[in-house]
Amino acid sequence: MNYTSNEMMTVAAARALRDDDVCFVGIGLPSTACNLARLTHAPRLTLLYESGTIDTRPKVLPLSIGDGELCETALSTVPVPEMFQYWLQGGRISVGFLGGAQVDRFGNLNSTVIGAYSHPTVRLPGSGGATEIATGCRRIFIIMPHGPRSFVEKVDFVTSLGHGATGRERRALGIRTEGPVLIVTDLCTMRPHPDTNEFEVATLHPGVTADRVREQTGWPVRFRADLSETPPPTDHELGTLRDLMERTSRAHAPASRPATSAISR
Amino acid sequence: MAQFLPLSDAIARFVRSGDRVALEGFTHLIPFAAGHEIIRQRLTDLTLIRMTPDLIYDQMIGCGCARKLVFSWGGNPGVGSLHRFRDAVEHDWPNPLELEEHSHSAMAQAYAAGAGGMPCAVFRGYLGSDLAHVNPQIRSVVCPFTGETLAAVPALRPDVTIVHAQKADRAGNVLIRGIVGVQKEAVLAASRSIVTVEEVVDDLGTTGTNAVVLPAWTVTAIAVAPGGARPSYAHGYYARDNAFYVEWDAIARDRDRFRAWIDAQVMS
Repeated sequence: MNYTSNEMMTVAAARALRDDDVCFVGIGLPSTACNLARLTHAPRLTLLYESGTIDTRPKVLPLSIGDGELCETALSTVPVPEMFQYWLQGGRISVGFLGGAQVDRFGNLNSTVIGAYSHPTVRLPGSGGATEIATGCRRIFIIMPHGPRSFVEKVDFVTSLGHGATGRERRALGIRTEGPVLIVTDLCTMRPHPDTNEFEVATLHPGVTADRVREQTGWPVRFRADLSETPPPTDHELGTLRDLMERTSRAHAPASRPATSAISR
Repeated sequence: MAQFLPLSDAIARFVRSGDRVALEGFTHLIPFAAGHEIIRQRLTDLTLIRMTPDLIYDQMIGCGCARKLVFSWGGNPGVGSLHRFRDAVEHDWPNPLELEEHSHSAMAQAYAAGAGGMPCAVFRGYLGSDLAHVNPQIRSVVCPFTGETLAAVPALRPDVTIVHAQKADRAGNVLIRGIVGVQKEAVLAASRSIVTVEEVVDDLGTTGTNAVVLPAWTVTAIAVAPGGARPSYAHGYYARDNAFYVEWDAIARDRDRFRAWIDAQVMS
């Protein structure tokens, strides 16, 4: 079956999740990948969204972090302060799944500003839950499309700590969680070097050359000695993903809107 | 004790220009009707507090209601940017907007600290993040028992908190169910509170359950506003208008189109 580079990215990210993981899910690409994992190889995967929904099993992907679908299909829904305090800070989460506008070679993420904070060129949404997800979950997976403006030598702003400016800052700050252990892009997967924590290309997606990854990365990217090819999506993975996207776009179509929606009085 | 008022009276009596105002609701039950009433009453100089500013603060910022924003995630959920918020930050339009920026964890716990009468929230947070360098309100304390350095932020204590709820009973007790967010904490942290509701009923039907009920004596005013959370949603009443959230991107991108939308949908 033919597939797009975005589908390859989502499938590769989904495969990284295990059946016994408890995952704090960000909206967008992470949410797609997590639900694909749940619908394929990891049926018992526990998904939590920062809106307080615990062990949620949405039939369609939520557009927002707090769609009713998440609450209706959740085992339990808790207040937001409790979600951050007991569940995230309490150390109950095995995987946090994050994205951002910029990432650097040590997995530090920027979702706050491009340019200077006081006079930004682009004002981005900001942290949301990400700052504490990055340090509170045992491991962090990052999913982001590759590009020279997003895979940068130095992020403009550290919203969420990866391995810090030197690759070794987590330990210096007394952080006991592992931090980013995987970056999945539309071109490749990357893993941190065991000694330096610098992200290196671990697998290239089918048809992607090393030169293409170099062009799209803002630092002189390294490749692991055992570099291999990402297995292409199986028919089952692709079929499940496409069904999910189909159901989702049908559910969010304008036709389903109530007549007076824009007016709130 | 909660008093029942028309929404316009509740806003006129309990929200003043210059106030610290929190309109809460975590994606669910966002009090749009109350926000629109604030726009209609042309209140200005507000410090707007909200974890996720969402479309409602995009609209209020674009209408010049805000002097300062206290927030932790300023995007259009699942869609992209809040263009009125960005225009204010990037180009001072329609006026400069001071930012006090946090993470979700910090704001959620700062509301809980406010509700609990504490001066600050203490938590394990902001480790290695540049947010601590740009927001002087993010400080630290050392645990007297373990020596661990922990983050501290001031408790949130709004002058007035406004939330939308499914229903109130005739005594003024308020029921919130579904994704309950930080509404209870935000109401209990505030000096005054206004709750808009879908309907008033004889019996909330909650005896023996753990749904969130705000007792009437914690609420200043209740206004009946059916559909008052649209285009967000009210669990059990109507669904989130995801398509409108997508459409908002194009409306808010352009100043003139935004103004025309406000004139047609809010002011008229």
